[in-house]
Amino acid sequence: MKLSRVISLIDGELLSPIEAESIEIGGAMGADLMSDVLTSIQPEAVLLTGLCNPQVVRTAQIADIRAIIFVRGKDPAVETLQIAIQENIPVIKTKLGLYKACGILFQAGLPNYELEAGEDCVQ
Amino acid sequence: MPDKNSVLNDNDAIEISRTEELAYELKISEVMSKNVKSLPPKMKMDTVLDIFQRERFSGAPVVESHQLIGILSIEDLIKYLRDKKKDATVKDYMTPQPVTMHQNEAVVEALKIFSQTGYGRLPVLNKRGDLVGILTKGDISAGLLTALQKDYHAEEIIRYRTSHLFEDIVSDRTSLILRYNIRKGDFTQGGNASNHIKRALLRMGASQKIARRCGIATYEAEMNLIIHTNNGGTLRVEIEPHKITVEAYDDGPGIEDVEQAMQPGFSTATHEIRNMGFGAGMGLFNINRCADEMELISSKDRGTNLYIIMYLNKSEETKP
Repeated sequence: MKLSRVISLIDGELLSPIEAESIEIGGAMGADLMSDVLTSIQPEAVLLTGLCNPQVVRTAQIADIRAIIFVRGKDPAVETLQIAIQENIPVIKTKLGLYKACGILFQAGLPNYELEAGEDCVQ
Repeated sequence: MPDKNSVLNDNDAIEISRTEELAYELKISEVMSKNVKSLPPKMKMDTVLDIFQRERFSGAPVVESHQLIGILSIEDLIKYLRDKKKDATVKDYMTPQPVTMHQNEAVVEALKIFSQTGYGRLPVLNKRGDLVGILTKGDISAGLLTALQKDYHAEEIIRYRTSHLFEDIVSDRTSLILRYNIRKGDFTQGGNASNHIKRALLRMGASQKIARRCGIATYEAEMNLIIHTNNGGTLRVEIEPHKITVEAYDDGPGIEDVEQAMQPGFSTATHEIRNMGFGAGMGLFNINRCADEMELISSKDRGTNLYIIMYLNKSEETKP
């Protein structure tokens, strides 16, 4: 799914100077604990999170995450935005909560990219 | 380079940001045509016609005693052909006092003038006011393309050189060691070292999968040094042609029960650290999953040493 479609589905606001039309998203995961993200997210996912600190972007860079969506209308810290722009990772803000944002994307056909316990993310 | 009126599609838009940057970075002197053929004002227009035909010029500056006094374009030549005025000279048909550019100005300044005026060429002067070149839109496009290509090549060369490091240097056992000092409580920088490690591996030609696995393992180790140590610690990464060895060590306080610490979900992190998105109790467990081999040695007096080994040789890659 194109990132531009993801943004319009959740009525999001793109905060970084990146062209969303050209970015293809494989699936999605929602979480607030970055260790959980590192354990379970598959590459090329969009991450939905309520956490707004720079570690989210660091995690995204390490785990090959395509884009970050900040839920619950939270504004990311300035450092977070700076690193995101530097690392060329698109960041999006939505007023929706985590559950609803994930639900809308899942219903629209964006696959789950979070592995279940027991599955190995690094394989 | 698009002008103001052109409609951009989305794919263009990405490229443009770098091209636009370059338009600000590049100086006119870097893209202009040098060795400019200029015309003396007294030259007969008949002669100019011959020159323009032979040399396929579409315009030329007019210079008198080293000073630029005008510019003659193909439109001026057409005017002359229509008039059929005998013995006319360059001075009769040139456009006097043309708009000029300074050689140290940024290319973007010239682009502005091109789009405002519709001129085809701009004479370029140096500090003293001597004519040193001429600039067309074509020169700018060519200059920008060359610069973009240089950008691309620079990264290619870095990648090529680093990926051949081990072949170029001969020894019985060659390795590259990266060391990062990790400060206790420095959450803002958290993940910075791991990001550099991942990038270094990719530059050296490691696969995306190996770089990701190593990135995840070092990130967890880095965060552990930030969160759980007394005085921070060191992340040491040794890269060899066939394996990567990561060592994370600190001087305390040590782990009381190593077996318990390895259990997924077990955490001693404070509420504050959990609020930052860490301390889920997945760190060591996650490192173990990413590693081909892992060893954790810890004691109350000497602190903790964590060793992580990943094999690069495909046949040894147990976790592809």
